[in-house]
Amino acid sequence: MKKGRIKVMMGNEACMEAALLAGCRFYAGYPITPATEILEVMSMRLPLLDGLCLQMEDEIAAMVSVVAASWGGGKSMTATSGPGFCLMQEAIGLAVAVEAPCVIVNVQRGGPASGQSTSTAQGDFYQARYGSNGDYSLIVLCPSTAQEMFDHTIKAFNLSERFRTPVIILSDEVVGHIREKVFIPDADQLTFVPRKRPTVPMEEFIAWKADADGVPPMPDFNTGYKIPVISQAKSLDGNRGNAKEADENIRRIVSKIEDHMDEFAEVLIYGAEKAETAFVTFGSVCRAARSAVDMGREKGLALRSVEVKTVWPFPDELVRRALAGAKRIVVAEMNLGMIKREIERVVRQPEIKIELFSKIGGIYPQPQEFLRFLEEKR
Amino acid sequence: MNPLGEKYLRKSFLPFLFCPGCGDGMIVQSFLQAVDDLGVADDLAMAAGIGCSAWIPVYMHFDVFKGLHGRAIPAAIGLKASRPSRKVVVFTGDGDGLAIGGLHLIHAARRNIDMTVVIVNNQIYAMTGGQVAPSTGVGSRTQTTPYGNLEKPLDGCKIAIASGATMVSRWSTAHTRQLTRTFKKALNHKGFSFVEVLSQCPVQTGRYILGSGSPQFNLQWLKDNCVAVKDPSQWGEIEAQGKIPVGDILQIEKPEFMEEVQRMNQKVKEEAQAKGGDR
Ligand SMILES: Cc1ncc(C[n+]2csc(CCOP(=O)(O)OP(=O)(O)O)c2C)c(N)n1
Ligand SMILES: [Mg+2]
Repeated sequence: MKKGRIKVMMGNEACMEAALLAGCRFYAGYPITPATEILEVMSMRLPLLDGLCLQMEDEIAAMVSVVAASWGGGKSMTATSGPGFCLMQEAIGLAVAVEAPCVIVNVQRGGPASGQSTSTAQGDFYQARYGSNGDYSLIVLCPSTAQEMFDHTIKAFNLSERFRTPVIILSDEVVGHIREKVFIPDADQLTFVPRKRPTVPMEEFIAWKADADGVPPMPDFNTGYKIPVISQAKSLDGNRGNAKEADENIRRIVSKIEDHMDEFAEVLIYGAEKAETAFVTFGSVCRAARSAVDMGREKGLALRSVEVKTVWPFPDELVRRALAGAKRIVVAEMNLGMIKREIERVVRQPEIKIELFSKIGGIYPQPQEFLRFLEEKR
Repeated sequence: MNPLGEKYLRKSFLPFLFCPGCGDGMIVQSFLQAVDDLGVADDLAMAAGIGCSAWIPVYMHFDVFKGLHGRAIPAAIGLKASRPSRKVVVFTGDGDGLAIGGLHLIHAARRNIDMTVVIVNNQIYAMTGGQVAPSTGVGSRTQTTPYGNLEKPLDGCKIAIASGATMVSRWSTAHTRQLTRTFKKALNHKGFSFVEVLSQCPVQTGRYILGSGSPQFNLQWLKDNCVAVKDPSQWGEIEAQGKIPVGDILQIEKPEFMEEVQRMNQKVKEEAQAKGGDR
């Protein structure tokens, strides 16, 4: 049993606690419901740790400063929601291109545009993965409890350092605002991944030459390396790359993540593992699905809920395995069918129709509705 | 090679991507002279956006972050915040710094955060092939104002002053010695310093607006049109004559943002300790 303390807190607050424990000392953001609390609690706590929390002039500035602060030395993050997440997209691509470890939290609300600022939604599922331009990859984690807001934040910082990539925590209004018990382990009970540093003599160091795992070591600015960090597709020494160099650069920043998914991909099964009827859920919807599984069990109905915790890169193999033997698959999500497309792509069994239990408009699904859906659509 | 180039240029990155006769190479030289005179190469962290002028720092053998179009200043803020002791210098274009990135200029100046912003004003979007910029004069024909520009140009120096910058100067590539002197002042200035450099772009501004693609003609145009004045109160008069005033406009002392942050952090830590317990 790990040593630590238990505290009732909001999901957004749990995220902040984890970020501080992980060593984040630079936060830049812009107020937006339902993510604002993260900015507020950061502005309260970071000064006490000699950190800096900046409310920037917009989300573009926030995200860009987070990327640069990472190169400046140290861990950095931001949090936002829908419209702010839109503004950050170009700079998320920048973080990918300059391989800057950093963490971005998107506490989802209804969209498009201003949508529903105080209501929950899961419509940014694809935006989190494909919102910036060009070919790239990044890691997206989906918490469904305040505890997971904490755990995923620790994991996000670690993965961002391990792969030198932005990691997105794709939360939603329900998870961000829920108040529940969170176990906060003592710092010495947690593992933190340190930044990968150059090991060769300074004169031999080549800025963008990766190790065998596809990740180049990263020195901080003003430590003597005098690195060119440009947002263009680059040669190994950091200049604009020719066609071949650009090709290699882009393939590497994708494969450094996608070839190592076994290190972090996570799919859980709740309920009867061999049940013929399976729900597929992510984020806050996992909670209602769990209750539905429990209610089903009381009625003698065997159900399983497949919870996709790391949604990008999509864990095809793990999901396929978690759904093995299922005859009926119901995807439950708060959008018009996004993760459903991935399930259809992954399952590929014509005899199994993938059904969609969808809620939008900010209405969180009730557990009884899952069971009703099973009956009515039978 | 010029000894400054020998000492500070990233030789494997040469030749410059600048067109022949471009002012950007002259700015590289003036800046490196300032760095060499002050001996601050190891303390520098450079930030830039996108544009011809954004490539200026990339050729310099310093730590350089060249990010997104218009976002050099927020990048500079991230670099400054993560280590306040470094000297952060931004190179930005008139489009990069006044159009897409104009908001960041206002807010960084407002904070009086310690950094030097060098804005290279060639009165055009050069990198993309000669479109109108916020600094382009009324009536100018560019690729996107084929019938003449209707919009009044924006004066970056005035925006910087109004927003709270504590050092503001304007020179041109026809004033390389003054430029080096001003860069040195800016690098030593504690607070937000803004240096506008009027620069020649023979290929775009020259050919489309001024009527000649000759580098000599374009440099001469700057010499003929810039009027150096010591007293900033004369700027209006010179502008009224249709000329461009250059010189050091402003240098004042005001609390610097990162120092204020450190003071505040110290204070709240002491208060928290006095109260005891965790917060
Ligand atoms: C978001 C975005 N919009 C547009 C561009 C295209 N673009 C590249 S450079 C540039 C203009 C640069 O002009 P300026 O800042 O004046 O620099 P110059 O090339 O004149 O030195 C534009 C519009 C871009 N790279 N990114
Ligand atoms: Mg320009």
